[in-house]
Amino acid sequence: MRALTFHGTHDVRVDTVSDPEIINPRDAVIKVTSTAICGSDLHLYDGVIPGVMTGDVLGHEFMGEVVETGTDSTLKKGQRVVVPFTIACGGCFHCKVQQYSACDNSNPVEKQDLSATLYGHPMAGLFGYSHLTGGYSGGQAEYVRIPFSDVGPIVVPDHLDDDKVLFLSDILPTGWMAAENADIQPDDTVAVWGAGPVGLFAAQSALVMGAARVIVIDHYPHRLELARGLGADIINFRETDVREALMEMSGGIGVDAVIDAVGMESHGFAIDNMIDVVKQKVGIGADRASALKQALLAVRFGGKVSIPGVYGGMTDKFPIGALMEKGVSIGTGQTHVQKYLKTLLEKIEEGEIDTTFLISHHLPLEDAPTGYKNFKEKQNEWTKVVLRPGMETTT
Amino acid sequence: MSHDTNDRSGGWIGPAIGIGAALGAAAFAYTNTQRKKRDWGDDAPGYTARRGFGEYSVVGRTVTIRKPKSELFAFWRDFTNLPDFMENLEKVAVKGGDRSVWTIKAPAGQSVDVETEIVSEKQEELIAWRSVEDSDIDTEGRVAFEDAPGERGTRVSLIVAYKPPAGDLGRAIAKLFLREPNVQARHDLKRFKMLMETGEIATSARTKDQTRKAKQQQKENA
Ligand SMILES: NC(=O)c1ccc[n+]([C@@H]2O[C@H](COP(=O)([O-])OP(=O)(O)OC[C@H]3O[C@@H](n4cnc5c(N)ncnc54)[C@H](O)[C@@H]3O)[C@@H](O)[C@H]2O)c1
Ligand SMILES: [Zn+2]
Ligand SMILES: [Zn+2]
Repeated sequence: MRALTFHGTHDVRVDTVSDPEIINPRDAVIKVTSTAICGSDLHLYDGVIPGVMTGDVLGHEFMGEVVETGTDSTLKKGQRVVVPFTIACGGCFHCKVQQYSACDNSNPVEKQDLSATLYGHPMAGLFGYSHLTGGYSGGQAEYVRIPFSDVGPIVVPDHLDDDKVLFLSDILPTGWMAAENADIQPDDTVAVWGAGPVGLFAAQSALVMGAARVIVIDHYPHRLELARGLGADIINFRETDVREALMEMSGGIGVDAVIDAVGMESHGFAIDNMIDVVKQKVGIGADRASALKQALLAVRFGGKVSIPGVYGGMTDKFPIGALMEKGVSIGTGQTHVQKYLKTLLEKIEEGEIDTTFLISHHLPLEDAPTGYKNFKEKQNEWTKVVLRPGMETTT
Repeated sequence: MSHDTNDRSGGWIGPAIGIGAALGAAAFAYTNTQRKKRDWGDDAPGYTARRGFGEYSVVGRTVTIRKPKSELFAFWRDFTNLPDFMENLEKVAVKGGDRSVWTIKAPAGQSVDVETEIVSEKQEELIAWRSVEDSDIDTEGRVAFEDAPGERGTRVSLIVAYKPPAGDLGRAIAKLFLREPNVQARHDLKRFKMLMETGEIATSARTKDQTRKAKQQQKENA
């Protein structure tokens, strides 16, 4: 089959690789119809996540048609399914308490040691990410092997096309969980850093949950316009002093909840960020956390801090004092996708949530490297790329 | 009263004199099911001690498995199931009585047989075994099953002690076996947990010939 594979920093290619097979009884194989590029893929593309190897098939936001099923799969050939990026067994302690992204059993045993050393406990399995999370072949491919196919994938009705449901695989539940982690109350003013897919869906979710006001911060005018289209207010951090603006816009109280939808590759020229950029480049592993630092200063005493943005290692000059003295509460983590699928599919069907506004480009799978390049370098216009295996190439 | 005496009087390790009971007792002292104070008075399992156990290599690990004790005990007690999750074990043949022969993978496609006997058994709670007197490998182990709090299932604790054997074969085995015994024990127990909780052992392979098992077989055949 054809698949997007990793060859090194800023070097991804579409190669021919072996077709996936059913290996375990609960497996299924799906034929991919749509698959997206995520901000998390950019962390891999930029080489800041450890444990990615040459030849790895990337991609974790995908959907398609079931073409093969193992003896214990509950799926049927021909069904259309969206697949959560988090692989979960459904039977362990964490799955039972719906903390699916912490599943005990989805990361192969021999892959668990690295993350166990880094974080004290092993990570669960994720599609198309890092060998820290299993090294599973990902979804930017024609076919994917789906472990525990009786637990993860959600069958979607035929009348909803791919663009409407594809983001159930990751960024929609991620935005939703980010808002849930911010424990939105009706009179809350919420600030969201990052008008990327995750930030936009977090803003949308916070509004659906009834926040009084949502303020989205970024420096890309077009992305900010999308936020405004959802009903949020916007701040361009190149033009405006964010902290002062947030103080004023929250009536001098400070915002009630902050959401960091930027993660470890924060942009900006604040001095601490520049130092972190250099450290990340020379490989002494400091995560660039400037958006998070700003968020911690902006949140009010007793406020809520939600961190959907991904971090991998350590960070320097972290305002631990602000965190403690202000008595904030923190919610974070890889998304427990399986927990939110049903609710969110219902909201899509009822028209309460529409995710199609986000998609700026459809490309054939063969053009995936172009998609990566532009999603990284032309972020303003390239807001979300959906790849379609089999789609006509234009070039 | 020393913890050694304590443990031996606990019964199960009693006949295992071949392995040096003093060592065994110290290491095996204080598992989850046997709450006894150690000399230095903290409540941690004996095998987490910073000091070593002389010529013995001791490994201990605990996992929590979301299944009832009875089910886990029954699966483990049928030793022929052990190779399903213990990677170094090729097969186990039960000989009758409490004896069985464990065929352990050795380097270069070789294998080595160890005859073991059950030295203690408590229905649904404990299985302890040791190698018989004239074995090439001097080893003993025990697995304990204990209800975990609430709905969490069962805590399974495995402790294994080996004395690295003498001679060339012995050294070869030791190299394979004892290279990272802790890693091995941890991995084996995790595989046991996967098998019990999910019915399968997770693999990220895309094709059948990329699985760990397939690769090991390819290596052996080469
Ligand atoms: N927790 C999860 O399960 C999960 C799931 C998906 C994605 N993520 C993470 O969420 C983050 C965002 O993902 P995305 O797909 O939206 O990525 P993206 O790269 O498309 O968007 C990030 C946005 O943040 C903006 N930004 C950068 N620095 C900023 C700053 N200092 N202040 C304000 N805005 C700033 C960028 O301009 C960009 O628009 C990533 O870290 C990604 O890995 C997490
Ligand atoms: Zn993603
Ligand atoms: Zn699980």
